[in-house]
Amino acid sequence: MKAWSLFKKDFHSEIRTRYAINALAMFILVTISVILFSIGTEKISEYLAGGLLWVVIFFSAMSGLSRAFVSEEERGTTLTLQLIASPGTVFSGKLLFNLILVFAMNIVIFLLYSILFDSFIIKNLGLFLLAFILGNFGIAAASTIIAAIISKAGSKGTLYPVLSFPILLPLILILLELTKFSIDGNSISDSVIELAVLMCYDVVIITASYLLFDFIWKD
Amino acid sequence: MNTTWKIILFVLMTFVAVAGISFPIVQNPTSWYQFPIIPGLEQRAKIIFFHVPTAWLTVIAFFVSLIFGIRYLRTKNMDDDAKAYASAQIGIVFCILATVTGSIWAKFNWGTFWNWDPRETSIFILLLIYGAFFALRSAVEQEDKRATLSSVYLIISFLTVPFFIFIMPRIMVGLHPGSLEVDAATGKIVQSASPVVDFKMNANMRLVFFLSLFTFTILYFWMWILNYKSIIYKDRLKNN
Repeated sequence: MKAWSLFKKDFHSEIRTRYAINALAMFILVTISVILFSIGTEKISEYLAGGLLWVVIFFSAMSGLSRAFVSEEERGTTLTLQLIASPGTVFSGKLLFNLILVFAMNIVIFLLYSILFDSFIIKNLGLFLLAFILGNFGIAAASTIIAAIISKAGSKGTLYPVLSFPILLPLILILLELTKFSIDGNSISDSVIELAVLMCYDVVIITASYLLFDFIWKD
Repeated sequence: MNTTWKIILFVLMTFVAVAGISFPIVQNPTSWYQFPIIPGLEQRAKIIFFHVPTAWLTVIAFFVSLIFGIRYLRTKNMDDDAKAYASAQIGIVFCILATVTGSIWAKFNWGTFWNWDPRETSIFILLLIYGAFFALRSAVEQEDKRATLSSVYLIISFLTVPFFIFIMPRIMVGLHPGSLEVDAATGKIVQSASPVVDFKMNANMRLVFFLSLFTFTILYFWMWILNYKSIIYKDRLKNN
């Protein structure tokens, strides 16, 4: 499994420098505290709390996930990677790395959020977790392929959220809808359609990015 | 585009503009040029002849862009990239037109300029996609790299289109025909009685509507051909 070795390489280099992890951790802290400051002693509604969770997740993802490819360009290791591995392998490895990063990041955000926000009460945790897991796959897949585009576009950092937002918006809208459902305590069988749409999104984006990555990678 | 098409375009566009604006809306249409009253819309129903075609062209232009984006990836011919770019330029113009006309109309019919109805959301996402596409193009200097990256981005962003054009309006509450509605009696969310493309119009209103779609499509192709030719010539002049 070459993709696995690529993932291990990224993982080790991340453990050594801790660049993405540190940046992400600080970003999460800063965003959540800004929201807490702006709320003050105000009591916010449950829906608003649920929506703000995804705001934090979206912007944290935008701050850390572009590293996967940008770091290769910065270190000048892109050519070496092109020599030793096929585009599919590189993409799988990077996707795996971003997936782990997204899961770690979002679990931390979710835990912090549940502790700090009193009005964030989820009645149907099963439904929320299902949406959460599917959503994380979508976020990781979309942000990986956009990161690849960005790295070739001269790693313009500001362009990353601009390009990702339209791609991620359908996902975020459905996640907001599902969060609302789980706050209301709807059963999973009531939200099958939304979950199916989420699943479709994941499959479509992962497949398309896998196919299109060839064109971005080889130049 | 040859002269025949230009003449057809002129005749049809004149007819659509005159018919769409000046044909009266009456209670019981008797002559061929009268439109029926649609409850809740009255005179405001006429927007359909001009607003829907602009929204339609936004999608058509995006689709043409996508086709030439794919063709560029296959052939690596810079002309295909110019065609995709030219189509996107026209697309964003019509996208802004659709957003603005729709939003002004919404103020008079639904009370606010913007209320995140699923269709409003989708035109907004299209606007964002076009914006992101141009932002990406302006960020890359090298021509072939710019063409490749923007083609890939077009394809990926097009994949999200079915989600918000076809899926969202059907699973979210909205104001346009075909969305979910809150049932007034029970307060529950129900599927709207009207199908997505619902015509409470009579035959001649429908005829003008489809003619308008057709005419605007011809107009789009004319603008697109002129636009991509000028881009290609400009590139050639620059390279010589």
